[in-house]
Amino acid sequence: MESMYRFQHRGLLGIEQLSVSDIHLIFDTADVFREISTRDIKEVPTLRGKTIVNFFFEPSTRTKTSFEMAAKRLSADTLNFSVSDSSMVKGETLIDTARNLQAMNPDLIVIRHPSSGAPYLLAKYVEAGVINAGDGMHEHPTQALLDLYTIKKKKGRIKGLRVVIIGDIAHSRVARSNIIGLRKMGAQVSVSGPPTMIPVHAESLGVKVVFDLAKALKGKDVVMLLRIQLERQSGMLFPGTREYSTFFGLNEDLMKGAKKEAIIMHPGPINRGVEITSKVADGPYSVILDQVTNGVAIRMALLYLLIGGGKDDHLD
Amino acid sequence: MITWIKGGRIVDPRGMREKNLDILINKGKIDRLLPPGAFHPPRDSEIRQVDASGMVVTPGLIDMHVHFREPGEEYKETIATGSKAAAAGGFTAVACMANTKPINDSRSVTEFILDRARKANLIRVYPVAAISKGMRSESLTEFGDLKQAGAVAVSDDGRPVTNSELMRRALEYAAFFGLQVISHCQDLDLSNRGVMHEGAISTKLGLIGIPAAGEEVMVVREILLAKLTGCPVHIAHVSTEGSVAFIRQAKEQGIPVTAETAPHYFSLDHRAVMDFDTNAKMYPPLREPKDVEAVKKGLSGGIIDVIATDHAPHSPLEKDVEFDKAAFGIIGLETSLPLTLQLVRDGVMDLPSAIAKLSYNPATILSVKGGTIEEGKEADLTVIDLNKEYVVHEEDFNSKSHNSPFIGWSMKGKAMLTMVGGRIVWNSDERNSGC
Repeated sequence: MESMYRFQHRGLLGIEQLSVSDIHLIFDTADVFREISTRDIKEVPTLRGKTIVNFFFEPSTRTKTSFEMAAKRLSADTLNFSVSDSSMVKGETLIDTARNLQAMNPDLIVIRHPSSGAPYLLAKYVEAGVINAGDGMHEHPTQALLDLYTIKKKKGRIKGLRVVIIGDIAHSRVARSNIIGLRKMGAQVSVSGPPTMIPVHAESLGVKVVFDLAKALKGKDVVMLLRIQLERQSGMLFPGTREYSTFFGLNEDLMKGAKKEAIIMHPGPINRGVEITSKVADGPYSVILDQVTNGVAIRMALLYLLIGGGKDDHLD
Repeated sequence: MITWIKGGRIVDPRGMREKNLDILINKGKIDRLLPPGAFHPPRDSEIRQVDASGMVVTPGLIDMHVHFREPGEEYKETIATGSKAAAAGGFTAVACMANTKPINDSRSVTEFILDRARKANLIRVYPVAAISKGMRSESLTEFGDLKQAGAVAVSDDGRPVTNSELMRRALEYAAFFGLQVISHCQDLDLSNRGVMHEGAISTKLGLIGIPAAGEEVMVVREILLAKLTGCPVHIAHVSTEGSVAFIRQAKEQGIPVTAETAPHYFSLDHRAVMDFDTNAKMYPPLREPKDVEAVKKGLSGGIIDVIATDHAPHSPLEKDVEFDKAAFGIIGLETSLPLTLQLVRDGVMDLPSAIAKLSYNPATILSVKGGTIEEGKEADLTVIDLNKEYVVHEEDFNSKSHNSPFIGWSMKGKAMLTMVGGRIVWNSDERNSGC
């Protein structure tokens, strides 16, 4: 906590903008907050008087709850807007909504939006810092941070690890942010899934594409699964869940090809029996619930670094 | 009154000649072309002099692909404001696309557009009518009636003809009436929900891509239909390396195909989208550097005949929104000439060839007036200062809309004076302020 390195950002639009030192600082800060979350009284007054707006244009349980809990544990006031009760359904533009929000002087705005780039647009029109909680198919930086943090905790390092991300890479913001973050931290990343779900220009992201799942798993330290978005599935990308689970789903047999001490991650929510069998999801190598716990700590760390003013007197 | 344009260097794309000549204009027509110093005005005659020394004089520029939004979306552009933007950009004539509201698929809309153009009284406006009723790709519009009303071409630009038989019949039927068919080439299934070029940048930004093949598939279809029918087809806004290659092959085989590109396809590539700039969102999308190079080669090799702007005005309502929700298109009339002249400076084309693509070639393809500087012809002329340097400022646009990715760019070359039928419709040269 007492490191000399200062966090220079006002918001977090993408994992792209963070340096390796930034990420280490977030991890170190999260360690402290993880400890606080195990205390009897889990609240510290660090962000008392600060206002954080959670602005969710897409349904979200995990991320929204995680941000809210992080803010509450730091004693910030939170305001939640979701698409069903905002003016957006009445035809207000994002910029107008942004200006109205800004007029209430929040300190931070956390936005989840179905359009790639929407947080960038918002950030142009508000004074408050903006945290991207997932924009379209572009980025989901806090998910990547919590995934990186979980890997670090479980494996002791990220550098040099071999990671495979499996599933709908093309439409996944989680995949994009993780690819950028993992590579930044020195991991080797490959991706696997049906060819229709691998971006045509995947190599331009600096990853290796291995379609065959068994081959893709070979020698991997970390296996990261993505959720198959059944609700968006039109029959163009794969014929159905039965075929998907047969050829692209992760089961115990396939896991034998990975390293013995490999971990399995999933951003949730899981489609049991589709991209992952229950046995694997609930098995010993699964760190899926650690990801959720770490998510709160990572978001607390980020909120603190962004608007906590760098004063850490309440933390020691 | 006689107008005397003196001291200029004439660039006439028809004979590919550049020559120092004075021009005498009488009754809206080019009366005489004479060597400098040869004309001695009679003492007491009233003569308007245009000092063109140090400038080039070209045929009035013709933009065969604009969207003037009237009727229906007058908050973006009207025929009057679009005409002013055209004149300011050096254009004396434009062909305006049919995707207005209502769509120009009937005599009454065509006549309305011509009526508005007459009232604006600046440049020549040639309506392009729709190929299919309501642009629904189901049945042909009344080509004969539309031609009589004043349409010069037909196109479902913006909503490509999906039915291949209908396109075949359109080519056959239009040729009979002497109407040019212009095709916006895009397979709508392949571009489904796409918002930018499919490539490394779309992958990085998480934006749905429009593959180059989506354009090329349709270019090939149109070429094959032109071959089948023997009737001419004009390919709008060519943007990919593949399209240029297919058009080259077709021309080599003598298939009657012509093509245009827009300045943004040789001036920008898909990296312009990197910070989700909606002014870099157009249809077809900005492509890759290799496509930009291919488009330039297509221009220099004569494969691409025309530079047209696809001038597509949009208001902040359509542009100051999330990238995927933003409208496609940019304005182009006031930046086309300097961007084209940059190609001349870069050695892609010589000046007469560049001017041909901005005047003579579109005039020929549309069978309309202009495109040459000849005695007896209409005095549609543009006086250009090739060396004028300036920065594009948003507030300087004459167009009602300001959606341009070129705001802030340093430009070289400007239309100083634009003349339609002997009448000055744009004049930004203080030396000729008395005109």
